[in-house]
Amino acid sequence: MTTSKPDKAPQLETRPYPFPKFEGREPVQGDSDTRHIEGSVFVDKGGTKKVLRRRSPLLRLDNLSVIFNDNQVLRDINLKIRRGETIAVIGESGCGKTVLLKNMIGLIAPATGRVLFNGRDLFTLSDKELTETRSHYGFVFQMAALFDSMTISENVAFPLSQHRRTMKRSEITARVEYLLEEVGLNPQIVWDKTPAEISGGMRKRVGFARALAMEPDLMLYDEPTTGLDPIMSDVINELMINARDNRRVAGVLVTHDIKSAIKVANRIVMLYPHSRLAPDEPQIIFDGTPEEIIQSTDPRVAQFIRGEARDRFREA
Amino acid sequence: MGKSRSLRRIEDTTMWERFTGSVSKIGHSISSRIAFAGNLAVFSLSTIFWLIAKGPRRETLTSCFYNIGVLSIPVVMLTGTFIGMVLAVQTYPPFKAVGLETHIGAAINLSLVKELGPVLAATMLAGRVGSSIAAELGTMRVTEQIDALASMGVNPIHYLVVPRFLSCLILIPGLTLFADLLGVVGGAFYSIKLLNVDWSYYWEWSRYAVTMYDIFAGMFKTVFFGAAIALICCHQGFHCGAGAEGVGKAATSSFVISFVSILFLDLLLGIFLDHFQVVLTGARSGGVV
Repeated sequence: MTTSKPDKAPQLETRPYPFPKFEGREPVQGDSDTRHIEGSVFVDKGGTKKVLRRRSPLLRLDNLSVIFNDNQVLRDINLKIRRGETIAVIGESGCGKTVLLKNMIGLIAPATGRVLFNGRDLFTLSDKELTETRSHYGFVFQMAALFDSMTISENVAFPLSQHRRTMKRSEITARVEYLLEEVGLNPQIVWDKTPAEISGGMRKRVGFARALAMEPDLMLYDEPTTGLDPIMSDVINELMINARDNRRVAGVLVTHDIKSAIKVANRIVMLYPHSRLAPDEPQIIFDGTPEEIIQSTDPRVAQFIRGEARDRFREA
Repeated sequence: MGKSRSLRRIEDTTMWERFTGSVSKIGHSISSRIAFAGNLAVFSLSTIFWLIAKGPRRETLTSCFYNIGVLSIPVVMLTGTFIGMVLAVQTYPPFKAVGLETHIGAAINLSLVKELGPVLAATMLAGRVGSSIAAELGTMRVTEQIDALASMGVNPIHYLVVPRFLSCLILIPGLTLFADLLGVVGGAFYSIKLLNVDWSYYWEWSRYAVTMYDIFAGMFKTVFFGAAIALICCHQGFHCGAGAEGVGKAATSSFVISFVSILFLDLLLGIFLDHFQVVLTGARSGGVV
C-alpha cells in the first residue's frame, strides 16, 4: 500500500506511546473465538466487562522433536515462555536454534510434540486460524527479510494494511512514522527509500519496526545482531530491552552473541547439537539466569561462553 | 586356480550391492516424482481454496496484470507475426507443386488459430513470465521474505500465488488472440505481397477452412496452459533450493516443466476437442485443405 510522506521533521526523543493499544483485539476473520487471547475483552456472569489476564505460559513447547530426512535436529524439547519474559537461546551453529524459533511460529512442523500459543496447539489449527494467530507474533529476521519491491514506509505499514482494514491511511501513516522513530530512524530520510538503498543496520531497525507494528504478544529475534558493528549491535540490544520493558512484550532471542544474551534476556537456554549428545541426555543443557550461566561448571557451557576452540578444531 | 570362498563372497556381495543400489536409485527417483506430483497437487488445491475463500486484493492483482499481461504483448505479437510469415514460406512450395497455392491461407490460418498461436503464446508466457515468477518467488524464499509474510499472519499462497495464477488464467486468451491476429496478418502479408498469391482466393479459402469452433478450441486450451504455467512456476519458486544456484535451478526447471506440460496438455486437449467437434458438428475442420 502507498503511504503519504509526513510533513513534520522527526522528533527522536522518547515519548509515551500515543496510539490506543490494540487491546481487546478486533476479532479477525477466521478466528471465531477470541477468548483465549490475552487482552481480549469479555463479559463475566455479572455483566461486567473484563480484560482477559492469564497465568498460563504464553508459549509452551511439549516434547518437541524435529527430523529432516534422516537427520534429527531437535529431540524432546520442553520449554515455557511466560508473558513479559525474554529468553535467549544460545548454542553453536547447526544445533537447531533457528529451527526451534521457526517451530515456535509454526513455520516448520515438528515430527512429534506440540507448540501451544495461548493454550492452542499451532499444528492443529486450520490455515485461517494459524494465519490469524501469527498476527500476535513479531519476527525479526537475521537479514531483516524486508520486501524489496516496497519502500521502507510500505514495509512497516504492510502488516497494518493487511490486518487493520478499518484503519484510515492517515492513521497508518502516523503509526509508521512513530514506529520508525521508535527504532531510531528519521522517517523523512528513509520514508521513500527501498531496502537496497539503506545500510544493514538500518534494515534491521526497519525489520524491528515492522515486527512491532501489530503490537505483538511475542517477539522472535533470529540472530538480530549478526553482521553488525558493536555499536549497532548495542542499539539492537536496547531496542529489544525497550520492547521487553516498555511494551511488555515477551521475547525469544536466538543468538551466538553472549554479550547480547546476557544484556537482554531474563533467562538463557543453551541447546547442544543432537549428534554429540548421549542417547538419554536432554538437548537443553542449561536453563537459568544470565548470572548462573557465567558461573556454570558444565564444561560445554563454559567452553561456549568463553569461546574456546579446544577439541573442536577439527569437525567430527 | 579356484578363488577362495571368502573372496567369492566379497565379489558376490559387491555385485549384489550394485544391483540393490541401482534398484534403490530407481525407486528413489520414482518416489521423488510421485512426491513432486502430490506436492504440486496440494499446492494447486491450496491456491484454488484461497482464490475462492478470499480472492486477491486489488493492488496485488493490478501489478500482476501489468507485469504478466501488458508487458508480454510486444513479445507475443512479434512471435505471432514471424510465425505467420514462416508458415507462408514453408507451406507455399508444396502447395505450389500441386497447383493449390491459393489454398495456403487455409493451412496457415487454421494451424495458427488452432495450434501454433495458443502453444507459442503459452511458450512465450512460460519463458518470459514463468521463469521470472519462479526466480522472484525463489529469491523471496531464499531471503526469508516468504517466511516473513507467513510470520505476519499473511498467507503466502493467498498473497503471492493467487494474483499470479488469476492473471495467467485471465490474460493468456487475450495474449493468444494478439498472437493469432498478428500471425494472420504476417502470413497474409508474406503470401499476398511477396509470393503473389491472389488475395481474394487466399481469404476465401481461409474463411472456408477456419470456423468459430477452431478459434474457440484455441482459446479454450490456453486457459489450461495459463493455469499450468502459473502453478508450476509458483511451485518451483516456493520450493526453491538454497542460494543463487537454487534460484537459477528453479527458473530453469520452471520453464522446462511448463513447456513439457503445455505440449502434454495440448495433445490431451487436442484429442478431446477433436472428438467434441465431431459430436457437436458431425465433421472436423480443415477438410478443405
